[in-house]
Amino acid sequence: MSTSVLYDAPGPRTRRRVLLGSVVAGVVLAGLLALVGNRLADKGQFEAEKWAPLTDPADDNFTNVWTLLGDALVNTLVAAVLAMAFSLVIGTGLAVLRITAGRSWRWLVVGVIELFRGIPVVILIFFAARVLPGFGVDLSNLWFLVIGLTAYNSVIIAEIVRAGVNSLPKGQREAADSLGLRRGQVLGLILLPQAFRAMLPALISQLVVVLKDTSLGFIISYEETVRTAGIIIQNLDNPIQVYFIIAVIFIAVNYAVSRLAIWVERRLSRGKKTAATLSATDPAGAGTGGGG
Amino acid sequence: MNVIIDNFPLYLNGFLQTLRICAFAALGSLVLGTVIAGFRVSPVPPLRWVGTAWVTVFRNCPLTVVLFFCAFGLPEIGVNGAYFWFGVTGLVLYTSAFVCEAVRSGINSVPAGQAEAARAVGLTFSQSLSSVVLPQALRTVVPPLGSVVIAMIKNSAIAGAFGIGGDLFAVGDTLTSARGEAALPVLLGVVIGYLVITIPSGLLLAWLERKVAIAR
Amino acid sequence: MRLRGLMVGTVTAALALSMAACGKSSDSGSANPSVDAQAKFEAGTTMAKLNESGKIRIGTKFDQPLFGLKGLDNKPTGFDVEVAKLVSAKLGLSADKIEWVETPSKVREEVIEQGKVDLVVATYTINDKRKERISFAGPYYEAGQDLMVKKDDSAITGPESLKSSGAKVCSVTGSTPAETIKKYVDESNIVLFDVYSKCADALKNNQVQAVTTDNVILLGLVDKSGGEYKLVGKPFTTEPYGIGIKKGDTKFCQFINDTLKAAANDGSYEKAWKDTAGKVAPNTPKLPETAACS
Repeated sequence: MSTSVLYDAPGPRTRRRVLLGSVVAGVVLAGLLALVGNRLADKGQFEAEKWAPLTDPADDNFTNVWTLLGDALVNTLVAAVLAMAFSLVIGTGLAVLRITAGRSWRWLVVGVIELFRGIPVVILIFFAARVLPGFGVDLSNLWFLVIGLTAYNSVIIAEIVRAGVNSLPKGQREAADSLGLRRGQVLGLILLPQAFRAMLPALISQLVVVLKDTSLGFIISYEETVRTAGIIIQNLDNPIQVYFIIAVIFIAVNYAVSRLAIWVERRLSRGKKTAATLSATDPAGAGTGGGG
Repeated sequence: MNVIIDNFPLYLNGFLQTLRICAFAALGSLVLGTVIAGFRVSPVPPLRWVGTAWVTVFRNCPLTVVLFFCAFGLPEIGVNGAYFWFGVTGLVLYTSAFVCEAVRSGINSVPAGQAEAARAVGLTFSQSLSSVVLPQALRTVVPPLGSVVIAMIKNSAIAGAFGIGGDLFAVGDTLTSARGEAALPVLLGVVIGYLVITIPSGLLLAWLERKVAIAR
Repeated sequence: MRLRGLMVGTVTAALALSMAACGKSSDSGSANPSVDAQAKFEAGTTMAKLNESGKIRIGTKFDQPLFGLKGLDNKPTGFDVEVAKLVSAKLGLSADKIEWVETPSKVREEVIEQGKVDLVVATYTINDKRKERISFAGPYYEAGQDLMVKKDDSAITGPESLKSSGAKVCSVTGSTPAETIKKYVDESNIVLFDVYSKCADALKNNQVQAVTTDNVILLGLVDKSGGEYKLVGKPFTTEPYGIGIKKGDTKFCQFINDTLKAAANDGSYEKAWKDTAGKVAPNTPKLPETAACS
């Protein structure tokens, strides 16, 4: 019952070999895990004292720790959602500018996009928090984080939107043109609504990138999840355990978001003839790969 | 602007350190990512599980958390070394998940007939993968791999905060925090340093993309 | 809950809320200093302004054990925090009127210049470079940069011995100790993290051989390690900790200095020490001679 085109449906001998391979791989894997577990146990990383504040509701610190983590997670989500919302608006604006701009100043828009795509997001956040106040911008750390994330992600979203518009069949634009719609109308009424549909999965995937990037708020002391983990560690002295929990939280949240993206992708591609969606899973989707 | 000129040697060192980190991390993640992609399409179920788990973990975990485990988790299990290599390891682990997904989608983009033909002439899984499918896949994955590597160059700024030190971003931190220089000119210098790497990389990538497009 | 989440935007808003929610103070044994309810100040001074407004914003560190560490109950504790409470009590403001703002080393001058805080008490070494941008009251404590090593290490006896033993030294990014130690160690042997506790972890795993910063901060790490580490005990700098205020506010500076002196005389300075850093540091310090305000 092989579904892969890469190898034949296994015969008896191959099946034996695959089985053998599975067993060997399984044993090696189990051995590695056991070794790591053993080493960690030697160092006392499984002691109840280090885990109880995180896992045992009866522990004195349990409530405080999870209240802090809960608030921190809310902070992370608030920053991510705000950054995503602003990036979406500004990114779409940039994409429209890039598509409609006359040749003479299109290079300016392209230049801005390329410039911000080339700067690490951590520096944009740092820049927002350290330089803007010098110009009299008086905001809380949340907004500096949001500004930094937005500056970075809006240009990526601009590229996703452009790719989305370009992925539409040419006939859509031609039909709109022939109806006598103006350029702005063609974009706003015909192309963008369809493009957004195609882009939705890629946009949701970008949310994963933004969520992860909020953890860079720690460099400007915004109390998101990783920063709060630092405070908890200073109090409880159990870095490995706290970071483990943080990792699990992030993986769970982001995995859920990714699944949502894939689900949306399937829904949208079902029974739709126009415009293949920009894949959520395909990192080729306008440079969403590896961000943050 | 004088601060950039006065501290030019410091900036240059930072720039070179960033380049060093990126060179090792790029090489490592391309190799590891391709291997993991091989795992993900392999006929051996445990390898497929490892591949899937790998991608799920490293794609969804913030880089800061991955780097933390490299700098403080590895010594806990008895692996000691320079923080430079811990940082590079963190970047490699994180980036390999993205490389893997790029390569895997490349493998999927190779027409089924190619793999079928390879099998028809009697090649085994590893032979058909390494001499028929991957060479063609790698060609189609140049653009996404390029963006993954450029993203990694930018991510290297975060690695500097985990004991490596001396990279471009750390230079900015030293100048503004310890020496009390104004943030704007210092950070402009840092930004220029990164743009000097990322913009040519982007141009190179665009050029490669065109080359590959012709070759197909 | 959702509303609260949104307000958390400003770190301090969350802090104020949760402090209100907590109600009774449950500080680790330290009763807050008695508030001077009758406090009267010359009109137009910073003191009068703060006294009338009924609240004060104080910058401190949130991740510095013994000096300013935010606890799991969301409240900062430490010697800096207690000193700040002494000052605000003299202003007629009880501890619950204080809005704590996290001020890591790198932003201290900025937040003072921008008026985001009224004063900063955050292991803040007085030096001339900083005096160009802000003014200092105090000093209220004098620390010195020292080295922390494993307890069985006899090779490292002081900063001069670092080079010969090829030791790796850990400190915090963008900090003054990290700059100072460059005089003694090759840059490639300096390891930098964002907090000192990571340095202690690195020392535990033999990734570095020494940790360097102000001796009192190291004492906290020694205490936490349960005797795994020791101080070399030869401070090679003097770090007078001051209270940062807006540049040129001499009246406020004078007021803080007077407050510190009064606290030293009536024993509340000693109490503040004993409740916090004094738990691990052997001797209670004398209040250093306060510098002239300028």
